[in-house]
Amino acid sequence: MKNPIENLNKTFDSRIRLGIMSALMVNASINFNDLKELINVTDGNLASHIKALEENGYIKVQKGFIGRKTNTLYSATKTGEKAFRTHLDALEKIIKNMN
Amino acid sequence: MNESEKLSSELHDIKQIMERSSRFISLSGLSGISAGICALIGAWFSNETIKDYDLSAVNLRRSLHGADTIAQAYFLYSRLFNIAIITFITALISSFIFTYRRSKKTNTPIWGTTARRLLINVTVPMVAGGIFLLALINNGIIGFVAPGCLLFYGLGVLNASKYTLPETRYLGYGEILLGLINLFFIGDGLYFWAAGFGILHILYGVFMWWKYEMN
Repeated sequence: MKNPIENLNKTFDSRIRLGIMSALMVNASINFNDLKELINVTDGNLASHIKALEENGYIKVQKGFIGRKTNTLYSATKTGEKAFRTHLDALEKIIKNMN
Repeated sequence: MNESEKLSSELHDIKQIMERSSRFISLSGLSGISAGICALIGAWFSNETIKDYDLSAVNLRRSLHGADTIAQAYFLYSRLFNIAIITFITALISSFIFTYRRSKKTNTPIWGTTARRLLINVTVPMVAGGIFLLALINNGIIGFVAPGCLLFYGLGVLNASKYTLPETRYLGYGEILLGLINLFFIGDGLYFWAAGFGILHILYGVFMWWKYEMN
């Protein structure tokens, strides 16, 4: 049998990235500030993790405006959703095998 | 912390963020209880008003042979209408206070995407229902107002339950059921009103408080 640990995705090896993906799985899109409040991180920290996920093609960014203020919306791509699901399944399997 | 615990807590975090980002979870059980108490007080005042009206109507009929009953009825309904509005506003304010307190305690913002979604989803069926009921009143169909309030409120709560703590849907089912039964006991609207907005809210509030807030 294949070891489920191989199915763990290195990109998601961070609480903040897990948080971002979790939030985007259940919402069509979320803006930067809501994401920040939800995960409780600083601007810079969140931005760098978003960038990493974006470079992997897991999330897409949509820049917009509300009045004059910028409003950047993030959403998960199909690839991102699939990758995150695989990662979750692997996590669950590992925990089951351990107990 | 061993590996298994670490992964378990990771899964727990994921689940929590999914919940927190899609549902408004600060809704306090105490809000339900306070709204229920307001409704019971409102129902009591309404009952007194109706009793007074019955008495004065009898007196009036004796003295004037019922000449002024239309003006009397108008007075009664405007008085009941005022009681209903005041009850609604106090219930709204008191439940807001408890939910605000809870949001401070759990450190989640009171106003955000989830709160907005919840509010839109409860408001749309309720405003539609409210306009429908006003039209009924305008046409003198008073008997359907109480069951209509319960039905539309129940539909609003049921609709909104997708965006807050999931047990809220049972409150919605309860209100709808009471509204439907009330349709066959048109004269007893006030009792159904007190049961639905008073007792059901209090039961719901106690349950939610017990489940989510006791410790």
